[in-house]
Amino acid sequence: MHLSHFAAVVLFALFASVVFGITMRDTPQKMVRYGAYCFVLFVGSAIVLSWLMYFIAR
Amino acid sequence: MATGQKTGAVQGRNQGPDQGFVYLPLILGWLVPGAGHFLLKKWGRGALLAAAIVGMFAIGLAMQGQIHTAAKDILDLLSMAGDLGTGLLYVVGRVMGWGTTLPQETTADWGSRFIVVAGLLNVIAAVDAHNLRTGRKAS
Repeated sequence: MHLSHFAAVVLFALFASVVFGITMRDTPQKMVRYGAYCFVLFVGSAIVLSWLMYFIAR
Repeated sequence: MATGQKTGAVQGRNQGPDQGFVYLPLILGWLVPGAGHFLLKKWGRGALLAAAIVGMFAIGLAMQGQIHTAAKDILDLLSMAGDLGTGLLYVVGRVMGWGTTLPQETTADWGSRFIVVAGLLNVIAAVDAHNLRTGRKAS
């Protein structure tokens, strides 16, 4: 299977966020909210760090 | 909310000898992803956890990730400890010879990390099942 780095990041964030959401919160509503929060942080931080590395490399 | 959680925790600790073997969800959850939650009749959560952990393991293998079989240095040892967190998936992978192909893709290292993290997430899920069983986590 050939995945791009970004697709790998998104899949990683999705799976990890599902587990974090279920295990770290008590109610289904809070689980969904925390899972979404983790997903956004995972993907968002990857994008920010990628741009930082891009500018550092130049 | 805090009072409710505290009450749940206290109830859990006060269940006494009627609790049975409280480590069963922990052990089952470690051996088979999601099984700890299935045992506690948390079907939806168990299914989602199983899908996430098995999916991560499978995609890791499909990306030519390696299953660590021996520890040559401290990083290998830590990776192997993470792999072992997948429980029976690790055993089946070793028996079937999965994760031994030589990587030919640049994302193969991602695959190895997927397998390690699947194991670590499975440990978190198993501990969550144990906390639900003992009442440390309210619901």
